[in-house]
Amino acid sequence: MIHVENVSKSFTLHNQGAAVIPVMQSASLSVQPGECVALVGESGAGKSTLMRMIYGNYLAAAGRLMVGDVDVAQAQPREILQLRKHTLGYVSQFLRVVPRVPTLDVVAEPLLTTGTPLDQAHAQAEILLARLNIPKRLWSLSPTTFSGGEQQRVNIARGFAYPYPALLLDEPTASLDPTNRATVLDMIQEAKARGAAIIGIFHDAAARDVICDRSLDVTEFTPKAAA
Amino acid sequence: MTPLLQVSDVSKFYGHRIGCKDVSFNLYPGEVMGIVGESGSGKSTLLNCLAGHLTPDTGAVQFDTRTDGLRDTVTMSEPERRMLSRTDWAFVHQHACDGLRMNVSAGGNVGERLMAVNARHYGDIRDKATDWLGRVEISADRIDDRPTAFSGGMQQRLQIARNLVTGPRLVFMDEPTGGLDVSVQARLLDLLRGLVREMNLSAIIVTHDLAVVRLLADRLMVMKDGHVVETGLTDQVLDDPQHAYTQLLVSSVLQV
Repeated sequence: MIHVENVSKSFTLHNQGAAVIPVMQSASLSVQPGECVALVGESGAGKSTLMRMIYGNYLAAAGRLMVGDVDVAQAQPREILQLRKHTLGYVSQFLRVVPRVPTLDVVAEPLLTTGTPLDQAHAQAEILLARLNIPKRLWSLSPTTFSGGEQQRVNIARGFAYPYPALLLDEPTASLDPTNRATVLDMIQEAKARGAAIIGIFHDAAARDVICDRSLDVTEFTPKAAA
Repeated sequence: MTPLLQVSDVSKFYGHRIGCKDVSFNLYPGEVMGIVGESGSGKSTLLNCLAGHLTPDTGAVQFDTRTDGLRDTVTMSEPERRMLSRTDWAFVHQHACDGLRMNVSAGGNVGERLMAVNARHYGDIRDKATDWLGRVEISADRIDDRPTAFSGGMQQRLQIARNLVTGPRLVFMDEPTGGLDVSVQARLLDLLRGLVREMNLSAIIVTHDLAVVRLLADRLMVMKDGHVVETGLTDQVLDDPQHAYTQLLVSSVLQV
């Protein structure tokens, strides 16, 4: 489902003396449907960079980034938008939403953009929020005022609202208590069972061992000069 | 898929000064594109060229009309262009007073657009106006008040209702949230997002507020000195800017 071939990346900081920072070189990886691959490596090794390139958030300097039959490295913006709507989900570490929008609508949004009727989308959002133990009295409030763990769970609910065939998870269990962590791990297992191809970053080694079929150390893609 | 708007090599000069130069892009149905850049970078000049308010010196602006497919709006006749601006286009001005009739009631402001496309039944017009005031969260008992009696945020929402009541396909917005206080901005952004989704609207939004484009626009175009210096997915341009000017712009935003 996800095939990364020979991808490299560097950042050029034009306003800081045009410093060029190479961060990744000939990265390759392949994830089959129903498989979960963990990216490992110390902070700054390029785990998030690789994940963001697959999502189209960072531009790859070279190489191919196939998600389904779309090459994210070459695709037009609108092709990537379609891909993100129907194929590729992303749970980031941070929640970024329009202020003052109720949590229920935030979670239902991925479904609404794919044409699900409002009542169905809300019903699905309610199931997810209940499952992730977000108290019902908070559903009508904006998540911008929630605690860190609550925001993360809202983010997860949003990422799992639509059954994406490919999922990118950036530290989904980082600030969760044991109960919620178990729930999130169950949700990831279910996504795998329905055939989703998943790439995850987990600093939580126990979670990684339970969920992931294999690990990939991104340090091997770090350019030698920078290492 | 046919683009809704196909812009090729549009340039506009003010004497020997550049307004905007060699701008080309395609906009597809349902897409929202943001145009950012500092004051004087040519954002509004470009928007006005696209919306038919200014005639570009070179280039073509092809719009996918309902009957004849792609037509160049620069070379079409004035009546045809005016018809498009009543049926298919909407223009939301930065200052609501430029887009509203300040001495006509709120209901009249909305109804006028309907009458321009041949609505004649008073009851229907009033019902539709009431419905749209509700959608932009203006209570029905204010329908007979003039915009002069409204707050800035209400005026902006009324302007949006007036523009969208005829079901346009393309909306041009010039700093739609400029000059509004932040609490009103958030509500307006949420309203616009909902309308874009429900009506499958395409929109071109000129702003210098990067937070607004991040939440509203799918794609982004960065302008400097009349030239387009960078284009791409909104989050990609903001998170991984390639051009020196974009990097400066993004790194200059103040954090709250």
